[in-house]
Amino acid sequence: MQKILLQIARTGIISERAPAADESLRQIAGRVNDEVLKLLGRALAIRHVDAGSCNGCELEIHAANNPYYNLEGLGIKFVASPRHADLLLVTGPVSRNMEVALKRTYEATPEPKLVVAIGDCGCDGGVFGENYASCGRVANVIPVDVAVPGCPPEPTAIIRGILTAVTSSRS
Amino acid sequence: MTPTLSGIQLAPVAGAVPAWRAEVDAPRWRAGCEAAARAGGRLAALWASDERDRGQGFSVKALLVLYDGLVCLELQLADATQGYPDLSDLFACATRMQRAAYDLVGVIPQDASDRRPWLRHGAWPENAFPLRHEFKAEQEYPIEDDGYPFVRVEGEGVHEIPVGPVHAGTIEPGHFRFSIVGETILRLEERLGYKHKGIEKRFESMTLDEGARLAGRVSGDSTVAYAWAYAMALEGMTGAQPSARALHLRALLLERERVANHLGDLGFIGNDGGLGFGLAQFSRLKEDVLRSNARVFGHRYLMDRIVPGGVACDVDSASAQDMIVEVLRLKDELRTLRSVYYNHAGLQDRCITTGRLLPQTAARLGVVGLAARASGNAIDARVHPGLAPYDELQPKIASHRNGDVAARIVVRFEEAFESLRLQRLILQRLPQGALRSPIAEAAEGAFGIGWIEGWRGEMFVALEAGAGARVRRCHAHDPSWQNWPALEHAVIGNIVPDFPLINKSFNLSYAGADL
Repeated sequence: MQKILLQIARTGIISERAPAADESLRQIAGRVNDEVLKLLGRALAIRHVDAGSCNGCELEIHAANNPYYNLEGLGIKFVASPRHADLLLVTGPVSRNMEVALKRTYEATPEPKLVVAIGDCGCDGGVFGENYASCGRVANVIPVDVAVPGCPPEPTAIIRGILTAVTSSRS
Repeated sequence: MTPTLSGIQLAPVAGAVPAWRAEVDAPRWRAGCEAAARAGGRLAALWASDERDRGQGFSVKALLVLYDGLVCLELQLADATQGYPDLSDLFACATRMQRAAYDLVGVIPQDASDRRPWLRHGAWPENAFPLRHEFKAEQEYPIEDDGYPFVRVEGEGVHEIPVGPVHAGTIEPGHFRFSIVGETILRLEERLGYKHKGIEKRFESMTLDEGARLAGRVSGDSTVAYAWAYAMALEGMTGAQPSARALHLRALLLERERVANHLGDLGFIGNDGGLGFGLAQFSRLKEDVLRSNARVFGHRYLMDRIVPGGVACDVDSASAQDMIVEVLRLKDELRTLRSVYYNHAGLQDRCITTGRLLPQTAARLGVVGLAARASGNAIDARVHPGLAPYDELQPKIASHRNGDVAARIVVRFEEAFESLRLQRLILQRLPQGALRSPIAEAAEGAFGIGWIEGWRGEMFVALEAGAGARVRRCHAHDPSWQNWPALEHAVIGNIVPDFPLINKSFNLSYAGADL
């Protein structure tokens, strides 16, 4: 116990400032009205869905929760069920084997809901493109509010995308 | 030295990897594999291809690992209905690979007891095979419900828990079907293939040069290992020779990938064992490594830094000095955390004897990599065959014989320390040389193999050139093919709440095996 406490004290608080929202990432404006967004603030529950990524984007989503980026410190947390979620964070080109699962997850998420697509593949299919086994970008399967490019996008970019989704497009 | 295999004539495969190939008929295919199994060899990969455009039928390939190197047996089938001798009685890991080969090419393993689809979930019909030439890549079929027949466990009080494909954390999709009594797991059946996105078909639309980028995205957490294996295969077939500097830089990148992943896993295993402190600390250390990667090499995960012919990055002496300081600091931090993990009664209680994979089970299943080493099977391609520059670096193998979660933690710690030592060694003696050597155009039909010990285990890329320096066929093989079935065994008799911990201690790739 002593060692743990000593290590915690030695590490200190290393969290950095969160990035600002970026309107250029927005795909659809105003799907959730401003009143609701205001109510939501940053008390946001996210359900992550890997719809067919190479798992690179998952590494950066993990990193967004490390002590440097400290996503949870902003009040944003990951939840285990779409029923508890306000926002779906979707990675990958959507494989056709995941198409039904992704649609069902979207349907299981209560309104009002938001979708953020992560990574080049989520934005446009990336290096995998569209074929017999891949539907390509996430927006080909479910509506996407904000899309974050990058291969993989860095944690700051992912957080910026999430914050853009919960910020009014008019502000 | 050319291996001897049941009297089969072996022809060498050009390149850095000690490898041979042979065309065999069905009896020799079987005899060769039996001889390999008797000699303690293992099946590295099995895949098939459509050769009808060459006036032949279909070809099935078995890549075997023998003491002296790799042997690729190639069986020609006049037509798909002919079938080929099943290998699953010799190598348990063959089952899923044979099922995948049927789904993609339509070649039939005779007498195989499990003929259920593996990658085909209903996105294409039973009579269509994506890797046949007449199958158009952009062809789309309506999705059918395939009603996959899971194995049912029956008896008093047995019930099922279906989990996935969408899981409760930030992890990849797959389906786990638990049959349990009370809290105890009687049986776990995995169903994977959800991430199948047609990578092998996609390769066939690319030039050999373009393929490197796709190879680096088969499994993002192993991008360095795949990029190196692909480059090795392409360099082998074109006779290109990367410089000593390029090879040392590649090893540096591979070791940095190993350390980053081991740090991440140690954090998540601690977290799943109830020690959130571990996740906070290890994810901080991993982030430090990633930031330093971005600063020195220009990418946090080192994607596209290994290119055919060499590397697309360099280390100057100032950066080398900085990295040596970081490596030493990380070693100290790791020592502190190791002492916390090893002395934390709560964590040890969760990990010792949990998820045991016995050495004999691991050997029987053909388990490779970190999981094999934690179960008493000391296999590490960096040590044997120890291709350049590892022949000079002389890495020390880490192993343990308990095969439980705790053993996989120990192996990760030991490998991370050894990897840091190797990084320091490389940074201290980085030889001079060109960063990238020219690559000649590959002749049509040229064949190359890459073999790399990634952080998870050994991975292979088998590459065949088509006309005009294009990819004719590329098979990338992830160690997860071998290791996923081991997880099914390791969880037997454990309680359901320990599954996440056991699963994390293996940390297998879904993307890498779903292709």
